[in-house]
Amino acid sequence: MLRFALRRLALLVPVLLGLSVLLFVWVRALPGEPARSLLGQRATPEGIARVNEVYGFNDPLLQQYGSYVWALLRGDFGSSIKTGQPVLESFIEKFPGTVELGVAALLFAVVLGIPLGYYAARHQGRLLDTTIVSGSLIGVVTPVFFLAILLKLVFANWLDLLPTSQRQDPRIDATHITNFYVLDGLLTREWDAALDALTHLVLPAVALGTIPLAIIVRITRAAVADVLNEDYVRTAESKGLSRMLVSRRHILRNAMLPVMTTIGLQAGLLFSGAVLTESVFAWNGIGRFLFDSIGQRDYPVLQGYILLIAIIYALINLTVDMAYGVVDPRVRVS
Amino acid sequence: MSRARTATRPDEPLLSVRDLSVRFGLRGQESFAAVDEVSFDINPGQHLAIVGESGSGKSVTALAVMGLLPSRGVQVSGEVLYRGTDLLTCDRRAMSRLRGSEIAMVFQDPMTSLNPVVTIGRQVAEVVQRHLKVSRSEAFERGVDLLTRVGIPDAGRRMKEYPHQLSGGMRQRVLIAIGLACEPKLLIADEPTTALDVTIQAQVLEVLKELVADTDAALLMITHDLGVVAGLCDDVRVMYSGRIVESADRDRLFAEPRHPYTGGLLRSIPRLDSPRGQRLTPIPGSPTQTIPWEQGCAFAPRCAHRADQCTDSAPPLEQSEGRALRCFHPLTGAASQQEAP
Repeated sequence: MLRFALRRLALLVPVLLGLSVLLFVWVRALPGEPARSLLGQRATPEGIARVNEVYGFNDPLLQQYGSYVWALLRGDFGSSIKTGQPVLESFIEKFPGTVELGVAALLFAVVLGIPLGYYAARHQGRLLDTTIVSGSLIGVVTPVFFLAILLKLVFANWLDLLPTSQRQDPRIDATHITNFYVLDGLLTREWDAALDALTHLVLPAVALGTIPLAIIVRITRAAVADVLNEDYVRTAESKGLSRMLVSRRHILRNAMLPVMTTIGLQAGLLFSGAVLTESVFAWNGIGRFLFDSIGQRDYPVLQGYILLIAIIYALINLTVDMAYGVVDPRVRVS
Repeated sequence: MSRARTATRPDEPLLSVRDLSVRFGLRGQESFAAVDEVSFDINPGQHLAIVGESGSGKSVTALAVMGLLPSRGVQVSGEVLYRGTDLLTCDRRAMSRLRGSEIAMVFQDPMTSLNPVVTIGRQVAEVVQRHLKVSRSEAFERGVDLLTRVGIPDAGRRMKEYPHQLSGGMRQRVLIAIGLACEPKLLIADEPTTALDVTIQAQVLEVLKELVADTDAALLMITHDLGVVAGLCDDVRVMYSGRIVESADRDRLFAEPRHPYTGGLLRSIPRLDSPRGQRLTPIPGSPTQTIPWEQGCAFAPRCAHRADQCTDSAPPLEQSEGRALRCFHPLTGAASQQEAP
């Protein structure tokens, strides 16, 4: 198991190196330049030249890349051109916000998706199944930003049930230890703060979790439908076991294998969806900051954030692959 | 192991199947009868074989008795009386109390009939735990005991292993252990040796035979192999295209087959004492060459004794001398003796 993990981590090195080249070229291929967005409309040619000089953007590209990688190897992701804050520091500060949102979205998707998929498979071809399947189709095709705006309009603006934006009401005097606001509220026993953070979480989590929900429903349905035809399910039924035990131990346990892989892959989708959701709900996380930084052509932030997201994404999938071995003894690495 | 069980009078059949029909086909489509008015009785401790080629409806009969047929697209009619209770109409809970404890089943394919992600131990113990109301550790102990009895060496260690770590023969032994775990009154074995090598087949059959004898269970053996029947069963029902075509006790059936299909089955068994180079005599054609029973005898297209009458009307199942036969032109005397091996 440990060797497997180490081998996978070693494979990550060339992937990240390749990604760093792509990122480096891509941010520089964006039209516009950081100096111009930093200095604004009234930028003078002299001012632009001076900014470029300070940040080394006049050096040959190869030299720029070399010093970028050299800094990376020492753990230095550079600093934001706009704010001057070190990239790693701002990432660590904003990451909990995105994780909180992502976990909530994934919980929403998994807790609702697996039972729905299961019931659809058990009632194949009936009205319940058709309803769930067509519902999930709508879920898959609805763009995140559209759903986010729609939810906000209906539940926040019209019905006034939930807050429109941000992670917490700024008027609440909350103590932050971990920067996971709901968790902070629970840890400090500031129940009102926790509840407030939770209500702020609902709409963004639903918006972000809808596509994963729809995909999990469909994968679960297909996997359960497959497993239902297996001989071992018939064996389990021939033993006279309770319906609950048959579905939990014999059906779902086998059907979970493809679903787990899907959940791992959804983590990537969550990051890209977070960029849009966080922007719509003014959510203080890495997605929104990334979106702003694209507008400002903040090269170090773009390069650093995307690289860090890639590392986290790879680690999530490694965890999923290792969890696979726990559930399925056939792939257990001896 | 003490369990309250209702006593069965020795003259009362344990299982009585009456006019069982199973039709496949979705609503609005023409349905097809996989099992057509099949009736038979099994007495306590009796070993009955249902014999036939693939597609004759024998496995479907077994699944119908167990109530394990899918509910969609399948219509089951008739009666399956287990000690007077109709299994086809009793509710789900009552059925699941009987399954595994009173009536158990051993399945055909040991490679696919065990759950790949659950340990052998748990798969054996769960049925014990469900019906005998014992603790988890007692069920585990009993599992070790069961595996030892079906001839699995080092059973304690095997209990913690997964199906993919066992050979096909071992897995079939596990399935037999599961089937007999709660000492059922009736064991249904659906071609339990088909998927195994010949040498392993013999070993597994021996285990099955011993355990069934030990527990006094009645046995319903579903098979296409008359060799299995000879070693294990007292009575035989031969099925063709969903109907029983001949019914007799083992000795009389082997000595004097009356239905041309039974005769054909017996002639197609390879024999050690036949002259070298002599070819087997298969039944010509395949089970797909059939006509609906409503129009005549389904076996007629493949039958050497066919007459015009056979394709004009369906032969009824006629009882005589303790056996039954569905044929207008049965094998008689010399011909029948010749057919017999």
